[in-house]
Amino acid sequence: MITIAFYFFAVLTTLLFLVTVMSKNVLYAMTSLAAGMVLISGLFFILGADFLGVVQLIVYVGAVMALYSFAMMFFDVNKDVKEKNGSAATVFLLGGAIALMLVVLFSAPVIGQGAASLYPEPMGANNPQAVGLILFTKYLVPFEVAAVMLLVAMIAGIILAGKKMDLSLSTTEEEIPEATLGGDK
Amino acid sequence: MIGLSHYLILSGILFSIGLVGVLRRKNLLMLFFATEIMLNAANIAFAAISSHYHDMAGQMFAFFVIAVAASEVAVGLGLLVILYKKYGTLDLDAYTVMRG
Repeated sequence: MITIAFYFFAVLTTLLFLVTVMSKNVLYAMTSLAAGMVLISGLFFILGADFLGVVQLIVYVGAVMALYSFAMMFFDVNKDVKEKNGSAATVFLLGGAIALMLVVLFSAPVIGQGAASLYPEPMGANNPQAVGLILFTKYLVPFEVAAVMLLVAMIAGIILAGKKMDLSLSTTEEEIPEATLGGDK
Repeated sequence: MIGLSHYLILSGILFSIGLVGVLRRKNLLMLFFATEIMLNAANIAFAAISSHYHDMAGQMFAFFVIAVAASEVAVGLGLLVILYKKYGTLDLDAYTVMRG
């Protein structure tokens, strides 16, 4: 049963991400990316990482894809993306070779010697409880730093996207004021 | 039976798809999508190894990867909106200023 579920999620995710990379239409790419992320959360549930799967659904599919689809309102998504591509064979060869090298590089020591468990799962706790126990004890400082980083990102997003929102939404002929460039022209 | 290697191979395939996307696309929004694919592939590998060794460290890393991805999208989309307002396109070739 798990085998069937794994192959189902794996094949569908691969196909959907291929659509994302190959599609010429931005909306098709975004939709297939969102669907692929939903299926990846299914893989997390199979792995027993329940909380990670829920976070993947809420943060990626809920927040990040909603942010992308919100940003679509600023861009012209009806016309297809025109791109001047070089030779496709070189790109595929390079991408495949680099990815293979990375996988071998990172998985060789793990599979080879058998890494020791740094933070073993607490006994008798289900997955969300275990996540809470480890996150709020061993990883408390990174957690707080991540919170500050999200706050900084929120302020940056507001300032970058919200500046002069009331003036001009129609493309071209707009100067960014010199104050933001910080130059001495 | 599905073992660790299946998940690592799947993660490698997804990562290479994202890498091909980064190398191939010229549209900035598509580059963002390809980056998300690569981050998701890394998350699958983290979760698989975490489950294989019954160790929570991998899942913790995946959480922080998700947090970083969320803030990257927030800042990056703000920059994309400004670029689109300034140039009227998201094509990387249009931003070339050095001729020669």
